[in-house]
Amino acid sequence: MPFDFLTPAFCVAALFLAALVAPFAGRKTDRFPATLWAVVPGAIFFYFLSGSGPVWEGSIWRGSLSWAPELGMDWDLWVSPVGLLLALLVSGIGTLVVIYAAAYLKGSDRLGRFLCFLFLFAGAMLGIAVTENALVLFVFWELTSIASYLLIGHFHEKAESRKSALDALLITAGGGVALLAGFLLLGEITGSYRIGVWVEAADAIRAHPLYTGAFLCVLLGAITKSAQFPFHFWLPGAMAAPAPVSAYLHSATMVKVGIFLLAILHPVLGGTPLWHFTLLGLGAITMLWGALVAMVQTDLKRLLAFSTVSALGTLTMLLGMEHTLSVKVAMLFFIVHALYKGALFMVAGALEKGTGTREITQLRGLMRSFPLLGLSAVVAAFSMSGLPPFIGFIAKELLYEVKLETPVVGIGLLVCGIVANAANVVVALKVGVLPFLGESPTTEPKSMKPTKIGFWIGPVLLGFGSIAFGVFPDAILGRPLEAMVAQIAAEEVTIELKLWHGFNLVLLLSLVTVVSGVALFLMRERISRYSDALRDRFGWNGTAVFRSGIAGFLSIAGAITRTIQSGRLHTYLAVIFSVAVAGLIAAWWKSGYVLSLPMRGEIRPAAALTTISLAVAAVALVRCRGRMASVLLLGCIGFGIAAFFALHGAPDLAITQILVETLTLLLFALALYGLPAMREERRAGVPRVPAVLLSVAVGLAFTLLPLKAFDVQVAAPVSIELAAKSLPEAYGRNVVNVILVDFRALDTLGEITVLLIAALGVSAMLGTRRSGFSRERLESSPVLSASARYTAPAMLIFSLYLLLRGHNEPGGGFIGGLVAAMAAVLVHLAHPAGRLRLFRLGAASLMVVGLATAVLSGLPGLLSGAAFLTAQWGPEFSLPAVGKVKLGTPLLFDIGVYLVVAGVVLMLYEAMEGRRVREKMEPKPAPMP
Amino acid sequence: METLAALLVGTLAACGTLLVLRRGLFRILLGLALLAQAANLLVFTAAGLGRGDTAIIAGGAQALPEGHPDPLAQALVLTAIVISFGVLAFCLVLLRKTRARIGATGISGLANTET
Repeated sequence: MPFDFLTPAFCVAALFLAALVAPFAGRKTDRFPATLWAVVPGAIFFYFLSGSGPVWEGSIWRGSLSWAPELGMDWDLWVSPVGLLLALLVSGIGTLVVIYAAAYLKGSDRLGRFLCFLFLFAGAMLGIAVTENALVLFVFWELTSIASYLLIGHFHEKAESRKSALDALLITAGGGVALLAGFLLLGEITGSYRIGVWVEAADAIRAHPLYTGAFLCVLLGAITKSAQFPFHFWLPGAMAAPAPVSAYLHSATMVKVGIFLLAILHPVLGGTPLWHFTLLGLGAITMLWGALVAMVQTDLKRLLAFSTVSALGTLTMLLGMEHTLSVKVAMLFFIVHALYKGALFMVAGALEKGTGTREITQLRGLMRSFPLLGLSAVVAAFSMSGLPPFIGFIAKELLYEVKLETPVVGIGLLVCGIVANAANVVVALKVGVLPFLGESPTTEPKSMKPTKIGFWIGPVLLGFGSIAFGVFPDAILGRPLEAMVAQIAAEEVTIELKLWHGFNLVLLLSLVTVVSGVALFLMRERISRYSDALRDRFGWNGTAVFRSGIAGFLSIAGAITRTIQSGRLHTYLAVIFSVAVAGLIAAWWKSGYVLSLPMRGEIRPAAALTTISLAVAAVALVRCRGRMASVLLLGCIGFGIAAFFALHGAPDLAITQILVETLTLLLFALALYGLPAMREERRAGVPRVPAVLLSVAVGLAFTLLPLKAFDVQVAAPVSIELAAKSLPEAYGRNVVNVILVDFRALDTLGEITVLLIAALGVSAMLGTRRSGFSRERLESSPVLSASARYTAPAMLIFSLYLLLRGHNEPGGGFIGGLVAAMAAVLVHLAHPAGRLRLFRLGAASLMVVGLATAVLSGLPGLLSGAAFLTAQWGPEFSLPAVGKVKLGTPLLFDIGVYLVVAGVVLMLYEAMEGRRVREKMEPKPAPMP
Repeated sequence: METLAALLVGTLAACGTLLVLRRGLFRILLGLALLAQAANLLVFTAAGLGRGDTAIIAGGAQALPEGHPDPLAQALVLTAIVISFGVLAFCLVLLRKTRARIGATGISGLANTET
C-alpha cells in the first residue's frame, strides 16, 4: 500500500486522539482491558510496514497540509527511508510497550493518565519521523520533551522524581531552543524550511558564513536530546520513570531522535572537518564514559541507562566518521540497540515487579521463576555483547572494520572502542546472565508474579527479533539499509551483511574484546571497590553540577530583581525621567542638529506677557508649601494656558481648558477636603541636587523638542489635506471639530472610551454612594440655590447650542458635555439632597448611552460598504440662533461624545462628593486595615 | 514667539519633574498635572503657532487662508486636555486611597504594601 491521502498525518492525529481518549477509557481498567490500546500503534506499525516497499527502493513520498503558509509553516510530510525506520520503531516498540505497560501498571489509578502521556509522546515521535518542514518538526521535537517530562514525573509524589523530570526537561527543551535557532539560520540561508530543499542547497549552506553557527545550534539540540557528554546525566536521572517509559523513551526512541536528526541532516551539514571532528570526539568520549560508568553500577536500570549513553556515543561517533560503511553500521546499530535495550529494560522492570528490587547484588537464580524473561534477557544480552550469531555481532564486526578502514581513525579511537565494548560485555553479563544464574533465589519472589503474557511478550519478541535479523540479515535488512545509507550519505553503496567474515584481524579484535570483557566481569568486585574509592576521591556528578548551576542562576536573577525593583517610587520615577531624557539627547546628538536659538515668529506683547507669567507661576508652584495655595496656583497656570491657546487661534482649546480647569479645581477641593495635613518626609524623594539637575535636563529636552520640530519636515502635513476637504466633504467650517467627529472619529471613540474607563476606575475605588444616610441635614447656600434655578437651565441650553454649532463654530461634543455636566453639578451643589441627574439619566447611564450612540453612528458607514465610522449625510436645515445644521452620522457621533463626557464628569464628581459627604456624616472614619 | 513658547514648555516640564521627584504624594500629583500641561503645550507649539488666526473657515470662504494654524494638532490637544483631566481625577482618588491605606507612614510605606 503506497502512502497517499496524507495518511501519515492521520496516523499522527490518531495517536493524539488516543491520548485524549485514554484517560477516560482507562479509568475503568477492570472492564476495559488497557492492552487493547495496543491496537492503535499496532495498526500504524502494519500500515507503515505495508507501505515500506517503494520507500526501501528509494522513492520518497511527499505531501503537504497547509497550516500557516505566511510563516513558512506548512506541514510538509515525507516518508524517507530513515524516517520510515523511526516510524516503524516508534509504532512497533510502542505496541509492545503498551501491552507491557498494561500489565506493569495494572490496577494503578494512574494508568489512564500514563497512557495519555505515552500516546502524546508516540504521536509527537511519529510526527518527527514523517515531517519534512523543520519548524513543524521542532514543534513535535519539543512535544516529545514535554511528554518525557510528564512521564519521568509519573511518581510525582517523590521529590527526586520531580527533580529528575525537571532536569530532563530543562536540558532537552533548552537544546530544542538551540535547535530552533539552527533551523532559523538554515531557513535564512536557503529561504525555505523544507529539509529536501536544504539537501539540494547543501553546497551553498556549507560555504555560507552562517554554516558554523547553524551547525553548532543543530548539534546542541541533537546532543542534548541524545544524552551526549556532558549533557548525558539527565538520562540516568530519567530512570525515575516506570520501566515501560525507560524501555520506550529512554532507550529505544526518544534519545535516538538526536541521532536521527544528525542522520537526516548529514547531507546538509556533513562533509566538513567541523562535523567530522566534533562528532567523532563527542561520540568517543560519550561512548567510553558511558561504558565505564555502566560497568560499575549495581542498580539494574541505571546500569542500562549508562550503557545506553555509551551506545548513543557510538552512534554519534559512527556518523562523525563519514564513511559509507560507518553510516551503514550506524543505522544497523540504531535498530539493534533499540531491540535489545528495549527488551532489557522490560526485563529489568519485570524483575523489579517480581522481586521488589533492582539491585543486581540481590538478584540471583531467577531463571526458575521467570524462564521466558531469562531467556529473552540472555538473548538480548548476547546481542549487546557482540557474540555470534546475534545481530549485535554483525554490528560489532562492522564497527571494527570501519575503524580499520577509515583513514582518519587513530589507534586511540580503536582503543576507546575496545575498552568500551569490553565494558559493554561486562554490562551484558551483569544484566542478562547474573540475575538468572545460581540455584536458589536469595530473594523470595513477591506475591505478584510477572509471569503474565504482558510481561514477557515484549522482551521475547524483541530478543528473538534480533535472532531472526541475525540469521537472515540480507533478506530482512539489506535493502532498507542501502536505502537509508543512500539518503544519509547521498551515495549508493553495497555492503555485505553476513555472520562470518573468515579469520581476520577483525575477528581477532572481537575475540580480544570478549575475552577481556569476561575477565573484567570476573574481577567485578575488585573493580567496583576501586571505582567507589575513585568516586569518593573525585566526587564529580553531572546532576549536582547542573542543579547547583540552576540554583545559582536563580539566585543571581533574584539579586538583580531586588536591585532593580527597589520598591521605591521615587527611584522608579527618576529612572523613567533619566531614560526619557537620555533617549531624547541621544536622538538629538545623532541628528547633528545645531541649536541656533532663532527668534521665530513675531513676538506679540499679550502672548509674551502670558508666557512669562506662566513661567513665573510654575516656579512659584514648586516653591509653594501650602496645599490650597498650590491648587490655586495650578488653576492659575491652567487658565493662563487657556489664554495662550486663545491668543494663538485655538478657541476650542481655550474653552475646553477653561472648563476642565474649573472642574479640576472643584475635584481638588473635594478630594483635599478633610484630608489630614501631610507630614513631609525628609528622607523620601530624590536628593535635592540630582533632582534639580534631572529636572533641568528634562526642561532642556522639552525646550529643544519643539525647536527641533520646526526644522523637520519629513512630509507635507496631513492637516493641509484635512483642512482642504473639511468644507466640501464634511460640510463643516470648524476644522478641529470635523477632525474629531469625522476624519479621525475612531481616535475619538478610543479617547472617550479611555475617559469612561478612568471614571469607572475612580468609581470602583471609592464605591458609589449607596450608604443610605439621611441627606437632609446637609445644608446648601441659599444664594447658590436661588441662582442655580436660573443659571442651570440656561447652561444646559447653552451646552446644547455649543454641541449643535460645533461643526461650524467653536464648540462641539467635548465642550458641550463639560458645560452640561457643570449645569448638573451646579444643581446638585444647590440641592445636595437631590440626586445627580442630567436628562433624567444617572452618570453611568449617560456614559453607556453616549458610548452606544457613538458606536451606532459608525454602523451606517459600515452597512453602506465603507469603513466603520465613515460619515453618511442627510438633509440640512436651519435653526434659529444656531444657524445651519446638517444631519448626519458625525452629528450623532458628537452627541455620543457629549453624553460620555458629561457622564464621566458626573461620575467623577459623584464619587468624590459622595466621599466627602460620607466623611462629614461619619466624623471618625474607620481606620483602614 | 515659538522660541518663547518652547522655553515655557521647558520651564513647565522642569518644574513638573522637580515636583514629581521631590517628597510627598500630593506634590507628585501637582507635578503630574504640570507635566500634562507641558505635554499639551509641546504638541500645540511644535505644530507652529501661526499669526493668531483660527482653524475655522470664514463665512464666505471655501478653505482656510494661507498660514492657518494646524487643526490636527488642536484636535489632538483637545482630547488630551480632557483625558489628562480624567487621569488626574483617577490619581486624586488613588492619593486618597493610598493615604487611607498607608496612613501617616508616607511614601516610603508604599514599598511595603505589595499585596
